[in-house]
Amino acid sequence: MRNVSIVGIGQLSVGEHWDLSIRHIAHHAIAEALKEAGTEQVDALFVGNMLSGSLLRQEHLATLIADFSGQRNVEAAKIESACASGASALRIGHMAVASGMHDVVVVCGVEKMTDTTGESTTAGLATAADAEYEAAHGVSFVGLNALIMQRYMYEFDVPMDGFAGFSINAHRNGAKNANAMFQKPISLDTYVNAPMIATPINIMDSSPVCDGAAAAVLVASEQAEEFVTGHHPGAVQILASASANDTIALHDRRDPLFLEAAYVSSQKAYMQGGVTPADISFFELHDAFTIMSALSLEATGYARRGEGWHLAADDAISPDGRIPISTLGGLKSRGHPVGATGMYQIVETVQQLRGEAGQGQIADASIGMAQNIGGSGATIVTHILGG
Amino acid sequence: MSIASLWRTRQQRYSLQGETCPDCHQAIFPPRDVCPYCSEAAGPLHTMSGRGEVYSYTKMLNVPDGFLAQRPYTVALVKLEEGPMVTAQLTDISEEDVEIGMPVEMVTRKLREEGDSGEIVYGYKFRPVFAAAD
Ligand SMILES: [Zn+2]
Repeated sequence: MRNVSIVGIGQLSVGEHWDLSIRHIAHHAIAEALKEAGTEQVDALFVGNMLSGSLLRQEHLATLIADFSGQRNVEAAKIESACASGASALRIGHMAVASGMHDVVVVCGVEKMTDTTGESTTAGLATAADAEYEAAHGVSFVGLNALIMQRYMYEFDVPMDGFAGFSINAHRNGAKNANAMFQKPISLDTYVNAPMIATPINIMDSSPVCDGAAAAVLVASEQAEEFVTGHHPGAVQILASASANDTIALHDRRDPLFLEAAYVSSQKAYMQGGVTPADISFFELHDAFTIMSALSLEATGYARRGEGWHLAADDAISPDGRIPISTLGGLKSRGHPVGATGMYQIVETVQQLRGEAGQGQIADASIGMAQNIGGSGATIVTHILGG
Repeated sequence: MSIASLWRTRQQRYSLQGETCPDCHQAIFPPRDVCPYCSEAAGPLHTMSGRGEVYSYTKMLNVPDGFLAQRPYTVALVKLEEGPMVTAQLTDISEEDVEIGMPVEMVTRKLREEGDSGEIVYGYKFRPVFAAAD
């Protein structure tokens, strides 16, 4: 096995890109990443995407994007695992380079969610759940998270504004990221008065529907020097890459309030990287909903079961806190273009580790963790990156 | 859901037909090929009583295609008395009156508007169990 490094990153600002199709936004991110890596040709393109088939009637997506990006005679494949598609694609790229099967791989997470009506997109997102036993009963993806949050608030006696700190932190950090969808801080008042989507989840608990694409170029660490020349900011190594699954349906979990797959994949990643939670400078977690931030912190070793929400209330998650999260806005404020999200997390982690995160820079960032969740906790992928 | 998948799952949707594991004796819903508790091959069919209690619930205001006419509605996780949990809508009760731990029982109702092929989908929902007046 070879160590693998990231030598180029690219991203499109997250938002509603009605003037661009999925091929354009993917190419934008890929071209930027290749330019930074100083290469035009790759051995393979792996695309993380969830909804192109159901929303755009476009499958065979990786080949479409490779074609549009001028990559011919290469391997191109789409990787789908709901909202964890981005990080799952990165893992495939990582395995391809680590094994020696390929030398230069570009991984792109891409999603186009604003071409369709809100109801179609909602129905599309619900395909991450069990179609016959969850979605058939009219539960949306937000609804599943609402079921978790309601029970969590009941069991652990959480007040109505108990999760507000996660949303406020994300928006405060997103205001410092030029690529974020929302670049404006919010107040507690805004949170408390936000309209409900599925009780107790309000709009400020929930990440937005949007379009986006983010990409990274992977090479063997031993060959990284060839790509890191001139003004290049330097390679970032993938110290750990791990994935774990849980039951697809929320109702089949042994404990619906514990993200077992986050626990397993983060433990695997800590072992691979030879690190502990205390070594991590910042954590890009999957804050699709504020409840997921609390559960992720609990499952990865930062809080005991039922106490993750205290970290927001105590401001331990802010840029100078014990464990900074959502440092460039997270899913809540940067946006959650589902299949692209895992790659935005990686690109932002690289920005932080290179010291290129601008006003959102975490001081002395040396090791970053990114965790991408598919479904209501059914697929969870953890990456740890270091300088 | 397609007509074929509706037909396949009819016993589950109409009568909560599940299984009991012959090895660990856990009740399982819906039927599986492999027992999720002990990983042995799952066993004989077993129909659930339809009684359970509310584990969690949500009032859904933004809803998927196919459910617009019913909006808003309450979806719950119902813990069946045999053990398995199911996701289902609550009926005959407004969300304001739902409580965690509330006893509920299964009823058969229309689940959604007509699908692409005009089929009307029926299946389980749950309603509160009221103590009988004596
Ligand atoms: Zn068993």
